[in-house]
Amino acid sequence: MTDILEPAPALAPTPSQTVGPFYGYALPYAEGPEVVPGWNPDAITVRGRVLDGAGDPVPDALIEIWQADADGRTPAGPGGLRRAPHDFSGFGRCGTDPAGQYWFRTVKPGANGQDAPHIAVLVFARGLLKPVRTRLYFPQDADAHATDPLLAAVPAGRRPTLVAEAEDARTYRFDIRLQGERETVFLGL
Amino acid sequence: MTHPPYLSPGYKSTVLRAPAQELVMPTLGPDAIELASPVFGHQELGLLDGDLTRQHSGEPIGERVIVTGRLLDSAGRPVRGALVEVWQANAAGRYAHLGDQHPAPLDPNFTGAGRCLTDDDGRYRFVTIKPGAYPWRNHPNAWRPAHIHFSVFGTAFTQRLITQMYFPGDPLFAHDPIMQSIPEQRDRDRLVSRFDLDTTTPEWALGYQWDIVLGDTPMEAS
Repeated sequence: MTDILEPAPALAPTPSQTVGPFYGYALPYAEGPEVVPGWNPDAITVRGRVLDGAGDPVPDALIEIWQADADGRTPAGPGGLRRAPHDFSGFGRCGTDPAGQYWFRTVKPGANGQDAPHIAVLVFARGLLKPVRTRLYFPQDADAHATDPLLAAVPAGRRPTLVAEAEDARTYRFDIRLQGERETVFLGL
Repeated sequence: MTHPPYLSPGYKSTVLRAPAQELVMPTLGPDAIELASPVFGHQELGLLDGDLTRQHSGEPIGERVIVTGRLLDSAGRPVRGALVEVWQANAAGRYAHLGDQHPAPLDPNFTGAGRCLTDDDGRYRFVTIKPGAYPWRNHPNAWRPAHIHFSVFGTAFTQRLITQMYFPGDPLFAHDPIMQSIPEQRDRDRLVSRFDLDTTTPEWALGYQWDIVLGDTPMEAS
């Protein structure tokens, strides 16, 4: 007889495997990069490239983003695949093009408690047996970065890899370097 | 460690793509975005998304199979309403992807992509065609064992998982650097489905069972 008060032994997790090179006809979808529609007055564009250890573009990476809304609230409703124009699901997905480029149209998330505004970023690719996870922060929030608990855990010299560059008032550039010089900080989450 | 390391030189593409720096291990607050997950609804899926044999006007060629199982957390609790996406090669080992140059026939009646949401028991279910093995150029005479790619969401973004499900008894397992990148045999075995006569539909399709267990979130692990 099993004692009902005895906690069940934890199940071992299912191991990760690479997304491979051929996800392109299955996972991406037309509205994937458009977290908000173009007419949204607060829309920003986040874009960049994924680069390998030789500095070459990664043309078969899949980027996912997940973020709070403009007020810093975590979205709780559906709509990541099929979007209603006024809803905000907070989720985006974009495959890289032959030049390793990705883009998203979204809104700048609000701050959440002690955390400076940020977007969670997940990268899958051929050659990545498990995804890499990082965060994108915004360059105009330097004061908030100084007290952000996650940035505090990052060696100071590597923090700039987590901060996007402003290309103009509504466009941010965030390159992801998987390896090599200025390798992006990846999180063990 | 259940998962493969980033760097696994037998799988050549890892060499220039594996991060070389140590991962940063942050302590997340209870409201951290990574501890929540995107949510998906039935209205976002098509009625036939879970049946890969009925997405075209004709029937695909190959061995019809039912692949089903439960999505569980590490305590064995069902993860309900979670999005599960699959993609795979056709029976001849060819993907419906422009980049796949394997000289095996495409099947006009098979795309090989499907989606579903887990039910209240955490169960997903797909009807499909058993995929074929196919060559890749990782090393001389390299062949991937037959597999179905699975992408799943949990209740936290940290649980996000993309993996591959294999079929039992495949002689290619020992020769596959992607499966062998997982350090322990018992963990490789977690990716192999189980033939199940009770799931098999008489005069119609063979049945395979495969449960997926999501990792702990950092909050649970601490």
